[in-house]
Amino acid sequence: MTLLKHLAPLLIAFVPAAGFAQEQQVVAPPPGAQGAPAQADDEGVLVGTVTGEGAWQDLGIAIPAFATNADVATPANTGGTAALGRELARVITADLKNNGLFKPVGPDSLPKPSFAEITAPAWGSWTSRSAEMLVQGYVRANGDGQLTVGCYLYDVQLKNELIRQGWVVQPSDWRRAAHKCADLVYSKLSGESPFFDSKIAYIAETGPKNHRIKRLAIMDSDGANHRFITNGGATALTPRYSPDYKSIVYLSYINGNPRIYVYDIGTGKQRIVTQSSNPTFAPRWSPDGRWILYSMAVGGNTDIYRVSAQGGQSTRLTDNPGIDVGGSYSPDGSKIVFESDRSGTQQVYVMNADGSNQKRISFFAGRAATPEWSPRGDQIAFTHIVGDFRIAVMTPDGRNVRDLTNSWQDEAPTWAPNGRIIQFFRTTRNSGDTALWQVDLTGRNERRLPTPVGASDPAWGPVLP
Amino acid sequence: MKRSVSALAVTTMLAGALALGACSKKAQVADELPPQPATVADNGPPPGPGPVDTVIPGSNADFLAQMNGRNVIYFDTDKYDIDATDAAALRTQAEWLRRYPTKRATIEGHCDERGTRDYNIALGERRANSAKNYLVSVGIDASRLTTVSYGKERPVALGSNEAAWAQNRRAATITID
Repeated sequence: MTLLKHLAPLLIAFVPAAGFAQEQQVVAPPPGAQGAPAQADDEGVLVGTVTGEGAWQDLGIAIPAFATNADVATPANTGGTAALGRELARVITADLKNNGLFKPVGPDSLPKPSFAEITAPAWGSWTSRSAEMLVQGYVRANGDGQLTVGCYLYDVQLKNELIRQGWVVQPSDWRRAAHKCADLVYSKLSGESPFFDSKIAYIAETGPKNHRIKRLAIMDSDGANHRFITNGGATALTPRYSPDYKSIVYLSYINGNPRIYVYDIGTGKQRIVTQSSNPTFAPRWSPDGRWILYSMAVGGNTDIYRVSAQGGQSTRLTDNPGIDVGGSYSPDGSKIVFESDRSGTQQVYVMNADGSNQKRISFFAGRAATPEWSPRGDQIAFTHIVGDFRIAVMTPDGRNVRDLTNSWQDEAPTWAPNGRIIQFFRTTRNSGDTALWQVDLTGRNERRLPTPVGASDPAWGPVLP
Repeated sequence: MKRSVSALAVTTMLAGALALGACSKKAQVADELPPQPATVADNGPPPGPGPVDTVIPGSNADFLAQMNGRNVIYFDTDKYDIDATDAAALRTQAEWLRRYPTKRATIEGHCDERGTRDYNIALGERRANSAKNYLVSVGIDASRLTTVSYGKERPVALGSNEAAWAQNRRAATITID
C-alpha cells in the first residue's frame, strides 16, 4: 500500500491523460477470509486442448471472473467491484479470442474463484476442466478512488505461477487494466510484444455513395470507448495517431481544399500543418513524433515533403515528374518506404530519410500501393492491386511477397503495434460500403471489427505506456 | 530546400501524356460509353424552374447551359491526357470564359473508385491541372483558374463497373458566380 501511495503523484506527473501506471511488484491479496472452494461446474470443461505437438495458440486458457476483496461501489460498474471483476475477465477473454490467437473460456461458463484463491488456485477444479492455463485476478477499490487490478497467469499442469502484474487505474480506465492483462498473457505465451492496450483512429462513413459523410473517429483496439472527433461538415480522410496519442494528423476539406491538420485531442483544437496554396495530403508521423511526412501537388505533380511536427520550413524529399505519395518510416527512422508511379504504374520504393538513394523494391505482378513499414521492421504491408485489391506483405528488400486477403477491394494496411496483425478496410462492390478488418500474418485469422457505422482508413497507434 | 517544378518539366510531362494518349483505348471506350450529361451531377444546381432564357448571362447556370455537358471531360484509367474530344470541350469552355473575362473558374479533378485514396487525390490533381493547362494554352489567364482534387470521394455514377468508372474519371469546370 505504501508503494501505491508513493506511485500516485507519479501518475499525475507523467501520464495525466491516462492516469494509469504499472505496479512493479504486485501486492498479493491478503490471505484473509478463505472463501468456499470453487464450485464444481461441468459446463466449464475446456475443449480444444492438445498434446505437446500442439501450437501455443491451441492452449486451453480458463479466465474466470476476477475476485474482489470487498464488493463496493465503483464508478467503473453500476454493479460494484464484484460485477467489475466479471467484466474484466470478459474483456480479457474477448481480446484473446477475437484475435484468433487462443481459444479461451471466459467467466460466464466458469466457477468464480474467491479472493484468497487468486494467489492459491484451486488446482483440482482447473485440471478437471482440462485447462492448461489459468488467468486469475482481482480488483480492489482504493481509498483514493482508484482501482488496483492484479493479473496472474498460472500453468495448471505444472501448478506453477508463470507471471503476475498489477496496475493502478482510474475507474474510467478499467478496460485498460483488462487489456494490459491480456497483453501480459499474450506476451508470456507467444513470446511476441503486446498490442491490446492501444487505440485506433479511423474515418467513420455514413450516407449514400455520392454524398458520403466522412468523420474522424477514435476507439480502443477492441472497439470500445468509441468517439467521433469531427462533425462531418467537412470530408475527413487518412488519420494517423501521433506516437504519444496526444494528437491526430489527418486530411480535411474544411476550407474547401485538401489540407493536412494536426488535431489536439486534449484541447479539441486543430492547426494547419503547413501554409500552402497547394493541396497537401497523405500525412504520416515519424516514429519519434518529431516529423510529419506529407505529399504536396504543385502544378499537378505530387512529391513527398517533410516538416517539423511544430511547423516551419518543409524539406522536399522526392523530385520526380511521377506521383510520389504516402511514405512510412522504418522503425529506426532511417529509411522511408513510399509509393511512386514514376515507372508508369504504382510501385513501392525505399529511400533514406533525407530523400537520398531512392530505389524501387517491388518487382512482381500487379501494382503495389500504400506501403506501411512494420513496427518490427521485418515486413512491409501494402495494397497489392492485381485486378482486385489485396492486403499483402513483403520483406523490405521486396521479396517474399504474400497476399493475406482475397476480396474485391481491401486497401490501406496499418500495423498492430507488435507487427503481427494488420488492419485494413474493405469496400463492398456497388454499394461502396466500407468496414474495418484485420488479418494476422498467416492470412488465416481474418475478422471484421465492430464499428457503429461504416469505417475506412484505419490507423493503429502504439501500445500505451 | 524547397523548389517548385519548372515550367519545362510540366510541359514535358504534358507532352508525354499527350503522346501516350494517342495510343490509348479511350476512343473505343468513348464509343460504347458516351458520357451522359443528363446523369452528371457536376452540373451543379440545375437551371431555375423558369425557361432557359431567364438564365443570367455570365452565371454558372449560363455556363452549364451553354456547355451542354462539355464542362466535363473524361479520362482513361490512370491517365490524365487531353485528347481531341477533351480539347474541343475545353475550347468551348475557353470561348465562354473569354466572353466573360471577369469570371473565374474552378476545375475539379476526380477518379474512379478503383484506386487507392492518396494516389487518387494526386491523380485528380493531375487531371484538373491538365484541363487548366489546356485552357491556359488557348489564352485563358491562369490567375482566373483554380483546381481542386476530390480523388475518389465524389463519384457521379454509383455502380462498380467500367461504365460507371468511365463517368467518374473526369475533370469538371465550375464557374464562380
